Amino acid sequence: MTSAMPPSGRGALAKREARLAWNLLFPTIAIVSLVIILPLLAIFWISVKPVGLADLRPVAPIVKESLRGSDGELRIEYRVRNSSQSKAVGGVSFSDTFPDTVVPRDIPAPCTFTAPALTCDFGTIEGGYNERLRIPLATDLDKDTAEDTLEGTAPRVTGSGDNILTNTTFTLDNFRRIFDSKEFGAVLWATVFYTVVGTIGALVVGLFAALLLNKSFRGKGLLRGLYLFPYVSPIIAVAFTWVTLFDPFSGSLNALLIQMGVTQGPINFFGQRPQALIMVTVFEIWRYFPLSFLFILARMQSIDTDMYEAADMDGASPFQKFWYLSLPMLLGILSVLFLLRFIWTFNKFDDIFLLTGGNAGTRTLTVNVYEQAFAISNIGAGAAVAVVIFAVLLCFSFLFLKYISQEEGL
Amino acid sequence: MKRGTITGPVISALWMVVLSITVAVTMSFATGDPVRPHMLLSLAWGAAIGLVLAHRRQDIAGETIGALALTAAILLGFGPLAFGQAATIWTKIIAALALSGIFAWSTHVILKDMPKGPLTRHEFEGAVIRFLTGTGYIIFTAAVLIPFYVMVMTSLKSQQALLQNPLDFSIDLSRGIDLFRSYIELFRDFNFGTYLWTSFYVSVFTVAITLLFSVPGAYAVARLRFKGRAAFSRSILLIYMVPMIVLALPIYIAFSMTGLRNTIPGLIMIYPVTTIPVALYMLQGYFRGLPVEVEEAGLMDGLTRLQVIRKITLPLSLPAMVSVSLYVFMIAWNEFLLAFMLLDDPSKFTLTRGVTMLNSSEIPRQHLMAGAVIATIPIMVLFLGLERFMTKGLTAGSVKG
Repeated sequence: MTSAMPPSGRGALAKREARLAWNLLFPTIAIVSLVIILPLLAIFWISVKPVGLADLRPVAPIVKESLRGSDGELRIEYRVRNSSQSKAVGGVSFSDTFPDTVVPRDIPAPCTFTAPALTCDFGTIEGGYNERLRIPLATDLDKDTAEDTLEGTAPRVTGSGDNILTNTTFTLDNFRRIFDSKEFGAVLWATVFYTVVGTIGALVVGLFAALLLNKSFRGKGLLRGLYLFPYVSPIIAVAFTWVTLFDPFSGSLNALLIQMGVTQGPINFFGQRPQALIMVTVFEIWRYFPLSFLFILARMQSIDTDMYEAADMDGASPFQKFWYLSLPMLLGILSVLFLLRFIWTFNKFDDIFLLTGGNAGTRTLTVNVYEQAFAISNIGAGAAVAVVIFAVLLCFSFLFLKYISQEEGL
Repeated sequence: MKRGTITGPVISALWMVVLSITVAVTMSFATGDPVRPHMLLSLAWGAAIGLVLAHRRQDIAGETIGALALTAAILLGFGPLAFGQAATIWTKIIAALALSGIFAWSTHVILKDMPKGPLTRHEFEGAVIRFLTGTGYIIFTAAVLIPFYVMVMTSLKSQQALLQNPLDFSIDLSRGIDLFRSYIELFRDFNFGTYLWTSFYVSVFTVAITLLFSVPGAYAVARLRFKGRAAFSRSILLIYMVPMIVLALPIYIAFSMTGLRNTIPGLIMIYPVTTIPVALYMLQGYFRGLPVEVEEAGLMDGLTRLQVIRKITLPLSLPAMVSVSLYVFMIAWNEFLLAFMLLDDPSKFTLTRGVTMLNSSEIPRQHLMAGAVIATIPIMVLFLGLERFMTKGLTAGSVKG
């Protein structure tokens, strides 16, 4: 007789639970892979394709029909052209049906008529192709009626061009272009400066704000709400306000600085080097300090006060209490925040795009994606920059998972 | 150095500089009159009053005399504030009274309990910290308030008035309803009513779809045991890390080819995907904190898992749902990049896209600022009304920038 043992392996219950879990997760997994994983793969594909903004509209044959001539001598005209000036379209043909009352005569070369359909087969047409086919009609109808009956049936067109996105032409030109250009160094520098200074700045400023509010007084809730304003309001609102505020001609801040005697003339804060880069970084700090402030404050308020009372008994001064007691307790949340903010600042696009449009030495990698893809209309190069960003992020994510997931208990 | 008679005047002098700058900037922004702080006189007056206070400590009479002398000095023209020709007498009087009053009261607070003789480390650092705290409150409040103040006030001004004196934000109340001309024009000529409505229902749909997807997902990750749970949790975090601009490019291409670009349904398809990972992450954290026993009791009583979720977990996590909904609503409402890239047709703009359209040299600045105010007010009202939930949502959604 065998002794009683706990069941090993996966029982029916566990299996059912796992099945339910996957069912619950399925919608999320499906939509996330559709909209995130698929585009990510697409980015790699596009980055090795010579594709521009104009190539997004697929090349196609266009056929227009119109009725010409006068009663008794009516003819139908088909205008066949290629939508692209440079690329060929293959397998072009169209067919049009005619009513019994209208019969085409003298069918020209590529066409055949087997009642009731007229079929014209052009094979491959070159870029810029533009031809007219005139076919006389035998009919008793007057022009208006004929027009109505004929135009009731539009010609059905077939034919497809070579799509640059799906063919097998590959190139490394995109990468060569973005790495070779002299701008790449400047872009890298702007990215590093913006990310490092912005992250540390937001963290330090948030720490100060948290220190200010880590005591109870009347109006504390009000101030805490107020200090969150920059983060909560829409980016377009605050970014445009900053642009207005710092405008060299009608900006209030320039007027204020001149009045206070700080400068003689107006400063073009967002329009010249190196002020622009400093200003977008200051904006980043201004907008995101509330986040670190909120976290640090929450952590501070969960620190046991006994420790401070003991320190008071030992005669520690306020600065000593901060340096030797508070700061070590905050180190955990500070490092988590640093990594998170670092990655997010690196990813930031909207802020710089709205403030300077990437001009005056503020073009970071993310802004460069937009700049290459839409300003220079080179989608391939934009995708190549995106691939570079993704590679950098993979390294960050590795660090992130290594350190953060332990903190978060995942 | 650490003597009451030295530390007191030094802190007091620096504090005077801070306060005179504050008062000058405030008066300039409020009236547009030329007011500027005089650094040397500020230092001198601050030091002098600090010296008096250090010798006659905790003496109300001394402070009153100091304040009155300061007021008189400012009005006579050799105080810490310098006025330009254009400054009105009212500006001068208000500035003088404000500076003297605030200075006398706050210096009293900063330097309280400070003996004349040598200071202990505690007393010295206490005074320094009170000075720094005061300065900190002023700097932070100014840095946050000034942009919002300028945003609201600019939207009420006219273009000429702004160019004439960019600092003059005083409001001419006699203009009556005409004050809100920019707003009226935005709603009448620029379709802002439609944009507001579009933004609203796009955000609501985003919240609904996000919850629909993330609640079951979060529950599965938090409660159910299955192979690959840890890997799944990690990949949620990884998805946060993918920047939107990288995804926006293929999405733009795909939408261009399928004809979803320039359509609101296209936008509603995309927005939830950007928020589902955040919501899932926030919710699973909350679900984990709920007591398992309640759910197990439900299971014992014969409920299925799905019934447990519906009848026990969801009602218990209502506060978390509110937080998550608010947070997702905020992300969708504030979203700019996708709306900017995917919408070209002015009849289909969301509010953020509509405001971007106003950023052109042909449209006056006050219209742009009025647009910014219109975009900000709904989110502010939500935020102030439900701050408790919002802060919670923000803290839980740590990872979303």
